[in-house]
Amino acid sequence: MISVTQPTQQKELKEPEPEHCPGPESNDAGKADACAGCANKEICESLPKKGPDPDLPLINERLNDIEHKILVLSGKGGVGKSTFTSMLSWALASYEELEIGAMDLDICGPSLPKMLGCEKETVHASNSGWTPVYVADNLGMMSIQFMLPNADSAIIWRGAKKNGLIKQFLKDVDWGRLDYLVIDTPPGTSDEHLSVTTYMKEVGIDGALIVTTPQEVALLDVRKEIDFCKKAGIKILGLVENMSGFVCPNCGGESKIFKPTTGGGEKLAKDLGIRFLGSVPLDVRIRESCDQGESFLDLYPDSPACDAILEVVDGLLDEVDKNSQ
Amino acid sequence: MSSEEVPKSLKKIKHIILVLSGKGGVGKSSITTQLALSLIQKNYKVGVLDIDLTGPSLPRMLGLENGKVHQSSNNGWIPVFYDQSQQLSLMSLGFLLNDRGNSVVWRGPKKTAMIKQFLKDVEWGSLDYLLIDTPPGTSDEHIAIAEELRYCTNVEGAVIVTTPQLVSINDVKKEINFCKKVNFKVLGVVENMSGFICPHCEECTNIFGAGGGKKLAEEVQLPYLGNVPIDPNFVDIIEKQTELRKTEGKTLVDLYSGCRLSTMFAEITDKVLLNAGIEDGTAMQTDN
Repeated sequence: MISVTQPTQQKELKEPEPEHCPGPESNDAGKADACAGCANKEICESLPKKGPDPDLPLINERLNDIEHKILVLSGKGGVGKSTFTSMLSWALASYEELEIGAMDLDICGPSLPKMLGCEKETVHASNSGWTPVYVADNLGMMSIQFMLPNADSAIIWRGAKKNGLIKQFLKDVDWGRLDYLVIDTPPGTSDEHLSVTTYMKEVGIDGALIVTTPQEVALLDVRKEIDFCKKAGIKILGLVENMSGFVCPNCGGESKIFKPTTGGGEKLAKDLGIRFLGSVPLDVRIRESCDQGESFLDLYPDSPACDAILEVVDGLLDEVDKNSQ
Repeated sequence: MSSEEVPKSLKKIKHIILVLSGKGGVGKSSITTQLALSLIQKNYKVGVLDIDLTGPSLPRMLGLENGKVHQSSNNGWIPVFYDQSQQLSLMSLGFLLNDRGNSVVWRGPKKTAMIKQFLKDVEWGSLDYLLIDTPPGTSDEHIAIAEELRYCTNVEGAVIVTTPQLVSINDVKKEINFCKKVNFKVLGVVENMSGFICPHCEECTNIFGAGGGKKLAEEVQLPYLGNVPIDPNFVDIIEKQTELRKTEGKTLVDLYSGCRLSTMFAEITDKVLLNAGIEDGTAMQTDN
């Protein structure tokens, strides 16, 4: 097992951080408005003055050889971020000449290892860093799952500790040269999202793929995620609607399980001026292949869901190409 | 970290139940809603606290999206009541946003402070049940709520929600381990989205597989509460409730009572109360 280093300069704090704490690692440590009256003020002030984060150049160097970086985001949980990340990875990896990486930033609930069928693997460390786990010849993946003593242990971490790990992921994983790095994220708009965008700012993210399901309860959260992208300056490559419609395997009748009462993903995309990449129907076999860690696209190339997924992937790559020119 | 005191606002609450799941989108909010409705059907007074700060769903689930939180004379917050009877009240960060599309981009310490404030300042009044809906994962929000509730004696435990597929069961196991660590009693496991009944041919398809929840409960030796199938009718009720309330004057409880899920869920609620050691529910109603 590889030990995870603690965020640097962590001194014992006397009191919990106040609400607007700039963080002991920030340049404002001990000087911000919130610091006045905080019991930790002296500790923070006494920390060595920092210039720019010394790890940033290392991150830039590591990620410099990666052509395209795509974030998979959604404000809502369980809409299929990991499913789509794995589909996208499989689809890209089907081009033999491309090198693909998939990174799982969901620290509390990593699902990618299971979906890519490499749950039992462990990560190896060499002097050039951590070697990702290879699922196929040209598809490597990295997840916190590989570092846990057993699959069920819970990671009960506050934000600061998670940020340390994300930084380490970006800094220490030896991806080598990649054409695409697909990054799966947890739901919400919090520490993980802020960290990954801050750390990768200089090296550049191509953009984000937003995943939603058709019902308004999900769209509500997805709107927030889009708002987050705007605030954080992340380009949105497009929006995909997952789980839209279900075809009964018995009678072939189609039904809308999650009803798009407010127009679903397509209308949301139109309203907000985002490219709508398509909708993917519910298919029992997608779930089965994800549970078994196999590629749905390889197993059922003739299914309508497969066509829909490939269409979305094409649209996404098209958008990525457009931007990089 | 927190003072060794029970937050004052929680003192007049008889029972606190949390709804947890490691996985997102499994239906925590929908199970919380149904649990609340089913407790109201039993004539209890129920409060719901939504601590999913970056993705609050409950205002929408309960049809209270236009609700406003008011300040009380003691500088506390008055939760949003569903109607005059005040049988159902809700507090959520959703009420504090100017626009429903706004995002809350907060790091840990700020989230922790918000949850502390929710527990300290919301004036629930006397309640039979307070249900706490949580975000997915085991992070800041969860640590904060566990810390705040540490000295409360009225915390009955947690209901764990899962869906049948293996991918979510892995995450849910992590959540159960979290409960063990912070000493939340697990009142049982509910399997949501197990099976979908085709409206055309009545054939039940297990979109996300079947039996995962039960298997999980057996494996970790926790009580299994039952399964809740996907019912497009329930989704319909949630999405159309505001309109129906206006045109037909039907409340969410009325609509839910006509839904097939309500009888199924009543059994789950009974099991929850039984496992929490609240044996005879009817004797404990508030007199009002």
